[in-house]
Amino acid sequence: MTSLTLIRRIKARPEIVFDLVTTAKGIAQWWGPDAGPVLLSESDPCVGGRYRLRFRRLAGDEFETSGEFLEVTPPQRVRMSFQWEGDREATLIEMTLRAIPEGTELTFTQSRFSDEATARGHEKGWSGSLDKLEKLFA
Amino acid sequence: MNQTERLDRTFAALTDPSRRAILARLEREEQGATVSDLARPLPIKMPAVMKHLDVLDDAGLITRSKDGRVVTVRLAAKPMREALEWLRRYERFWSAGLDRLTALAEAKETELRRSGK
Repeated sequence: MTSLTLIRRIKARPEIVFDLVTTAKGIAQWWGPDAGPVLLSESDPCVGGRYRLRFRRLAGDEFETSGEFLEVTPPQRVRMSFQWEGDREATLIEMTLRAIPEGTELTFTQSRFSDEATARGHEKGWSGSLDKLEKLFA
Repeated sequence: MNQTERLDRTFAALTDPSRRAILARLEREEQGATVSDLARPLPIKMPAVMKHLDVLDDAGLITRSKDGRVVTVRLAAKPMREALEWLRRYERFWSAGLDRLTALAEAKETELRRSGK
């Protein structure tokens, strides 16, 4: 329910996108907060496999993210846990790839684990409530 | 309560359409609204409304004050601001990343097509 959803329509076939969102070489090229270097990138994209990335931001500080693959269905869907180093809270990332005439529609969702059970029963409710939240504090 | 626990409560409180309707209503009513005002447009009975108000109160999303027999309910904005801040922080992070991903994938597609694949 507490979820962030971002959608991109990409002019590339799903296999290309899937590779970029699962392999160590792929994710190292686009994850990260800014154009600072990726210091380490490991990924074992199979169920139960882990990934780890270490970045240096342009500001000079370093940080690491890691997680575990929970579902790997090429070239359609990947689900993984995601956690910042030093952060107690793990989140869930889900990326769904849908083939469309011009290439791939990627739906990226990040949600909070603690809410996942609630989320299943309330998916509809939440999508509307985010809009409302935004309106409340616009 | 730490921030994570507060966020959990806020988001849990927001899962219900009646509770969101109550919050949306309170957002328009700067002076607050009475419990019966809030209950009137909702398709649920008064005890259910009271239960929802308890959940919102526990999450710190509303305050209630009693004057005689009239209870006035007001919106407390801070927990929701925190919830929004969580979402915005991640949105900034991923939005830039997904733009890079899009550019990379499209360059790779162009490259493959040029080589006839």
